[in-house]
Amino acid sequence: MSDITKQSLTELVESIKNKKLSSSEVTKAFIERSEKSKVLNAFITEDFTSALDKAKKFDQKPNLDLKLPGIPMAIKDLFCTKNIKTTAGSKILNNFVPTYESTVTENIWNEGAILLGKLNCDEFAMGSSNETSFFGNVQNPIDKNLVPGGSSGGSASAVAGQLTPITIGTDTGGSIRQPASFTGTVGLKPTYGSCSRYGIVAFASSLDQAGPMAQNVKDCALLQEVISSFDAKDSTSIDFKRSHYSKDLTNNIKGKKIGIPKEYRVDGMPKEIDDLWQKGIEYVKDCGAEIINISLPHTSYALPTYYIVAPAEASSNLARYDGVKYGFRANGKNLIDMYEKTRSEGFGAEVQRRIMIGTYVLSSGYYDAYYLKAQKVRRLIKNDFDEAYKKVDAILTPSTPSSAFKIGEKTNDPVSMYLNDIFTVPVNLAGLPGISIPAGHDTKGYPLGLQIIGKAFDEQNILNIAFAMEEKINFKNKITDWWIK
Amino acid sequence: MSIDLKTIKHISKLSRISVDDQRAKKLVGDLNSIFDFIEKLNELKTENVKPLTSIAETTLKLRSDEVQSKNIRKEIIKNSPQDNEDYFVVPKVIE
Amino acid sequence: MSKKSREYLINRKDNQYEVVIGLEVHAQVLSKSKLFSNSATKFGAEPNTQVSLVDAAFPGMLPVINEFCVKQAIKTGIGLNAKINKRSVFDRKNYFYADLPQGYQISQFKDPIVGEGKVIIDLPDGHKEVGIERLHLEQDAGKSIHDLDPQNTFVDLNRSGVALMEIVSKPDLRSPDEVSIYIKKLRSIMRYLGTCDGNMQEGSLRADVNVSVREKGSKEFGTRCEIKNVNSIKFMQMAIEYEANRQVDLIEEGKTINQETRLFDTKKNETRSMRSKEDAHDYRYFPDPDLLPLEVSDEFVNKLRSEIPELPDDKKKRFINEFKLSAYEATILVTDIEIAKYFEEVVAKMGKNKDMKLAVNWITGELFAVLNSKNLEITQSPVSAKNLAILVNLIKNGTISGKIAKTVFELMLKNDEDPQKIVEEKGLKQQSDPKALEVLIDKIINNNREKAIEYKQGKEKLFGFFVGQAMKASGGKANPQLINEILKKKL
Ligand SMILES: [Mg+2]
Ligand SMILES: [Zn+2]
Repeated sequence: MSDITKQSLTELVESIKNKKLSSSEVTKAFIERSEKSKVLNAFITEDFTSALDKAKKFDQKPNLDLKLPGIPMAIKDLFCTKNIKTTAGSKILNNFVPTYESTVTENIWNEGAILLGKLNCDEFAMGSSNETSFFGNVQNPIDKNLVPGGSSGGSASAVAGQLTPITIGTDTGGSIRQPASFTGTVGLKPTYGSCSRYGIVAFASSLDQAGPMAQNVKDCALLQEVISSFDAKDSTSIDFKRSHYSKDLTNNIKGKKIGIPKEYRVDGMPKEIDDLWQKGIEYVKDCGAEIINISLPHTSYALPTYYIVAPAEASSNLARYDGVKYGFRANGKNLIDMYEKTRSEGFGAEVQRRIMIGTYVLSSGYYDAYYLKAQKVRRLIKNDFDEAYKKVDAILTPSTPSSAFKIGEKTNDPVSMYLNDIFTVPVNLAGLPGISIPAGHDTKGYPLGLQIIGKAFDEQNILNIAFAMEEKINFKNKITDWWIK
Repeated sequence: MSIDLKTIKHISKLSRISVDDQRAKKLVGDLNSIFDFIEKLNELKTENVKPLTSIAETTLKLRSDEVQSKNIRKEIIKNSPQDNEDYFVVPKVIE
Repeated sequence: MSKKSREYLINRKDNQYEVVIGLEVHAQVLSKSKLFSNSATKFGAEPNTQVSLVDAAFPGMLPVINEFCVKQAIKTGIGLNAKINKRSVFDRKNYFYADLPQGYQISQFKDPIVGEGKVIIDLPDGHKEVGIERLHLEQDAGKSIHDLDPQNTFVDLNRSGVALMEIVSKPDLRSPDEVSIYIKKLRSIMRYLGTCDGNMQEGSLRADVNVSVREKGSKEFGTRCEIKNVNSIKFMQMAIEYEANRQVDLIEEGKTINQETRLFDTKKNETRSMRSKEDAHDYRYFPDPDLLPLEVSDEFVNKLRSEIPELPDDKKKRFINEFKLSAYEATILVTDIEIAKYFEEVVAKMGKNKDMKLAVNWITGELFAVLNSKNLEITQSPVSAKNLAILVNLIKNGTISGKIAKTVFELMLKNDEDPQKIVEEKGLKQQSDPKALEVLIDKIINNNREKAIEYKQGKEKLFGFFVGQAMKASGGKANPQLINEILKKKL
């Protein structure tokens, strides 16, 4: 039984299609393991009973032509799910039950998958350690008291801990790739505009993207194939020709030109990260790809730019949480008093901090100095990539400047927390696809990831490179099931 | 550049989040350290750079003028903290 | 009347003040669905029944723009002789209010869809050009209802997200009357274009009124106050009157005017400061990241340009040139598109040998009187343009007299009956046969010999007596002109 949860998505799909396993058996296995894994605190909402019902129904009339036939799947609680509580990890949305479904999850259910429950995340996806969730910390299955990264921390923990065969997260500044790196899993942030934002609780509209998180590259490609679609309900959705990411997946990357940006060798970067990067370069070479040194001169300006753009958009996106239409409301003597109390009690400290930053940079007298300036620098960052892609097909960097850290280690220093995203943020600012794959371990045995950044809409290419590297790296996650007694 | 208590109070008013003095003092520290870090952008000359507002560099798609949604009042009001079946209800507004 | 005497000035002991007014008109776009969502825009629906998840700003909901609203804004821009901007940007205007579900209004701030233009308004002594600063598209808010409950405010989001065109004028208006004429002109243009129904009772047209005063002859502008959301021309005029006097009084007392937002209290007939808006005055505009820039091609704009109907100014010119109407008559007929349509249909139905003056007189006289007394719009006219044209032709070709025509018109009111038929059935045809009339007149002269002699001896007043007798004898149907001629001859 427990072997079921060890299988990859691809294997499970195979087993169900070959009738070696039923959807019920698979669903039950993941539920049982989840029941034993409450310590991880990966779930905000469990929907196990109805998942079993749906699995049973599927087994009675299985449609094996689907891409995710009867596959159970837990998802980040930032995706609105019809008739299932959706909180975004916030008190202010506690007890909010959408009457609608996000496009991305709709795509998933349409391919036969079954919702297991909603996964923990940083409040409104603002965080890099899953410590800002109203529903508490998430444990990294790698080690006790270790953060899983964030904001898709619950998703990363659930995939690494085998509570779900695969999942989706969202990535605004690294929220898929950083937790993937911290938990030894694969996470893809697709090109901006490739996955619909309809029905996803918004953090920063010009940066947010949904993407798959998986145990391996092939699974990741399969889910990307399912979730990527043009959607007229999202004005920023882009209608481009999407490939069959899993079918077209190949490890043949001979002759591909891979760029190594010197600016990613930052001050104080641990030697083990640098070593991992060097190893990565060797693997790529082994695969027949060509290494080219490049420069992305504005890299160090990405994080300051991000910390203007993202909070500015968030301050406005989160204005709708005012205690009027849905969610939490505190009592107030009058309307304004109600607003101020509701938002003060309903939002956690980090969200409040970011709303304040965002309000400030947009406020009169500061707009040009901050917001406009950031938009201009964002252009420069994007131009860097455009220049680089005249010479290379993809770019290889570390995913994060360190491995996972202990819970509480960085909570009192927002800037050091923000530095976690130093390698992932430029990709969001430029709207490009990026994938993090596990590539090794640090001295403590914690996983480390490498990031492959692609050209816009070139997900297939970075998936291929990741697939080829994965084979060479042959990474094994060191998970002892320490939380299961 | 330095953000003082008065600024924090002003932003808190604008963003409709009440903060007590203790929280406000903490925010002064937090925001100052974040803005110190943000000030790095001043190293760059950007007079001639066109701001980038949207990364999806296409233009707006237009939908046709058709009424599709019907009366879903029940659904709209269902999640509200206070309503009277017809309206959302909020504390009295003082004009 | 000289121009000087018509000037609107506020007089105090030693000083005369001029009033400077600029308007931000909010005109509801005529469209079936909202600007960024597909819910209905019908007026008067039950509360919260025309609200989609997008309009109520549910988490994860996104705006998708209505093409028709874009077209309507561009058409209106063309009607205002304005520059159409091929690239415009939607911004968020951030503020909190119970009936603003998103916590921001999607509007256009830096790059509106329509730039500078102008509107010509007709004044009693000529015309004046009023500059248009810009026109932009934005969302309407919902409605807060404060008087249904003592403790609470109720919120109806039916209007939330309805498309508005905000038309901002330059500070070119100088009196409450000019404001009235300007608003009517705007409404006229938009109704011609079919872009806004201009219905002020239903809130389709309302305005923020910016008022300042300055000493007569001064070139500097005074500090202005904005009177928010006034929804009738009468109230606008009253508000301006009050506000201008208030400002003049402050200046006379040596006090300063605060630039602020004010509210017009229609019950007390005064403006007062809106305290609640004060601390939330920083709107933090920024481009809406959920939307991309709106770009329209030359072809798109040219196509719309080709669809623009003849507008009131051109129509007026044509009526004057082609139909030889006076400027005054032409203005009356073109202001309302439906009246213009009616008039043109009458003209068309009158055919070749038409009497334009007579048609105009009948429309602006008899017909308008009936519409006024019955409180009807021209579209509800009990007499169709076709039948009115027939009636006018019957007068013109001498079939009936003007007097009989009034009787016929009365009869037409019932079922919009064909006047020709009425004339025939009731035997109201004018007697224009000279021989028959001669017989009739001979008889009258014979019966009134003495009077005829008196007339011949110089009592000319008696001529009218004979005319009256002849008309009476013919049952009112005799052609009065012929009667005159024959009587003159015979007497
Ligand atoms: Mg205004
Ligand atoms: Zn407006």
